[in-house]
Amino acid sequence: MLEKALIGDKKYWSWILFLMAVMAVGFFFYLRQLTYGLGITGLSRDVTWGFYIAQFTFLVGVAASAVMVVLPYYLHNFKIFGKSTILGEFLAISAVTMCMLFILIDLGQPMRALNMVLHPSPKSVLFWDMIVLNGYLLLNVVISHVTLDAERKSIAPPSWIKPVIILSIPWAISIHTVTAFIYSGLGSRPFWFTAILTPRFLASAFASGPALLILLVFIIKKLTKYDPGREPVQKLAVIVTYAMALNIFFVLLEVFTAFYSGNPEHMTSFQYLFVGLDHHSRLVPWIWTSVILGIGALVLLINPRTRKNDILLIMACLSVFISIWIDKGIGMVVAGFIPSPLGHITEYWPTLPESLITLSIYAFGLLLVTIFYKIALSVREETSA
Amino acid sequence: MDRRGFIRLTGMTSVVGLLGKPILNAAGLLRPGEALTNKPPIVGKRWAMVIDTRKCLEKEGCRDCINACHHIHNVPEFDNAKDEIKWIWKEKYEQAFPEQENEYIEDGLKEKSVLVLCNHCDNPPCVRVCPTQATWKREDGIVMMDWHRCIGCRYCMAACPYGSRSFNWRDPRPFIKEIVTDFPTRTRGVVEKCTFCEERLAKGLIPACVEACPEKALIFGDLEDPQSELRELLRVHFSFRRKTNLGTQPELYYIV
Repeated sequence: MLEKALIGDKKYWSWILFLMAVMAVGFFFYLRQLTYGLGITGLSRDVTWGFYIAQFTFLVGVAASAVMVVLPYYLHNFKIFGKSTILGEFLAISAVTMCMLFILIDLGQPMRALNMVLHPSPKSVLFWDMIVLNGYLLLNVVISHVTLDAERKSIAPPSWIKPVIILSIPWAISIHTVTAFIYSGLGSRPFWFTAILTPRFLASAFASGPALLILLVFIIKKLTKYDPGREPVQKLAVIVTYAMALNIFFVLLEVFTAFYSGNPEHMTSFQYLFVGLDHHSRLVPWIWTSVILGIGALVLLINPRTRKNDILLIMACLSVFISIWIDKGIGMVVAGFIPSPLGHITEYWPTLPESLITLSIYAFGLLLVTIFYKIALSVREETSA
Repeated sequence: MDRRGFIRLTGMTSVVGLLGKPILNAAGLLRPGEALTNKPPIVGKRWAMVIDTRKCLEKEGCRDCINACHHIHNVPEFDNAKDEIKWIWKEKYEQAFPEQENEYIEDGLKEKSVLVLCNHCDNPPCVRVCPTQATWKREDGIVMMDWHRCIGCRYCMAACPYGSRSFNWRDPRPFIKEIVTDFPTRTRGVVEKCTFCEERLAKGLIPACVEACPEKALIFGDLEDPQSELRELLRVHFSFRRKTNLGTQPELYYIV
């Protein structure tokens, strides 16, 4: 089926070449990071995780897109999602691949990465994260391949794949849960040390993943003849609405607990994010952008009239995606390190090489999405012809 | 190398090994108490340290322990805080003990500094989170680091509630003032921290910071030995530890 990705018009190939060019720039800077060390980033002794790990955390959420189409279709017999599951699964594969790349480039000694397998440490949450991420990747590769192959041959998929698909549902929950545990299990970081972090991760994942899927469907509709129809998009929009409402609710719960109790440890990181701490306020404009976009999107999504308007829905989904990207892709990880355990405030901002390396991994992810969707849609065009 | 060359070489090394110490001593290559001692190793059941801040504050601005430690362990010195690596250093009183916040505390104490280093916790979160067991707790309580196994994920740095760990953001070697050859230098991309001078204990020597302190403010000893000076100090003085509410069971005791 892969050969279908090699046939395309000029527009398709220019897009592929553009992505490859971005990847090449990022790769050049990654080689520099390899020789110089992670000092090439904006990280420091106080802020030891930054952009890379934050992108990993955010993209674990995007990988949830699959389960939000698979679950209604297979567990609730929600027929209209039948054509969309493959799009969710391919997005999940691309997102999980990016997650692993972000972890790999964040390692100080990437050549030793296999030490995680050679010296397995079940007490470490990272060990379990490696297992659930690889498992989720494998599940989605198998499921998407088998179902698409059946579609190509116009036959029903083999019956053994059904339990595998059902397994992928709790497995999707597990990748968020375990990723949240990386943070919420650390007593040293009061900002993360809260049980609500895991449900918050799930809610933001189920908002950002399907929001991106909706945007991708609109792009596909514009670029190809394929149209999955209005109904699945509208149903996905309802899912995004509920998830985003829950996400904002969970953040407010955290704010209440921190500020009503007056516990300084729990308040300081929030203060840093929202108003700044001792004249350090680099993330303040960002987090307020996230808040405004999040609330604005929710208003557009809750109102059925605006939600049913394609243009407004696109704006709402874009806002949800950017809002959660700022929250998880910058704010959540960095604020956990500010102030440091010794009360120092060291700010963090990604450097140019760091940003370009990050961008190149996103380019790689987009390349995967492009190729996978090209394959899926070509198969569909063939069978319908 | 051929077989004969190999035999010649091994023969030579064993001769040097036998005569090594006197030769090196005579040549003045060994600093006192540095390497190749014939002392038996110092063993303990549960190593711990008392820091008597009253004595430490006698000589304000003294950095003898810091200099001694950082010198013998090849700790690099960067001019920017971003790349900084430190095993033992001074922090403001209220930064080291945030839970002791007290606006009306004894005159001047607020501005004073206290020594901080790895607490060699009994229940170390850094060990729990390490995905490769590159950091682990020894039988005698020392929290160790394997610089050859560490993959540089820095999870331990996020988990340590005391900020005791440093990461080699770049090649540290050009920034080591004077390289000591009997202790390894580190490579970029790995985490490091105080190891209670386990390499010195193995040679029968007490930790370098304890030895270097002119005021004898640092006392190293075995918690499980009721006769030790350490236990005696803890019996007669009020002491506390950093952030005990986290359940880490730190093994550094401060007398204020």
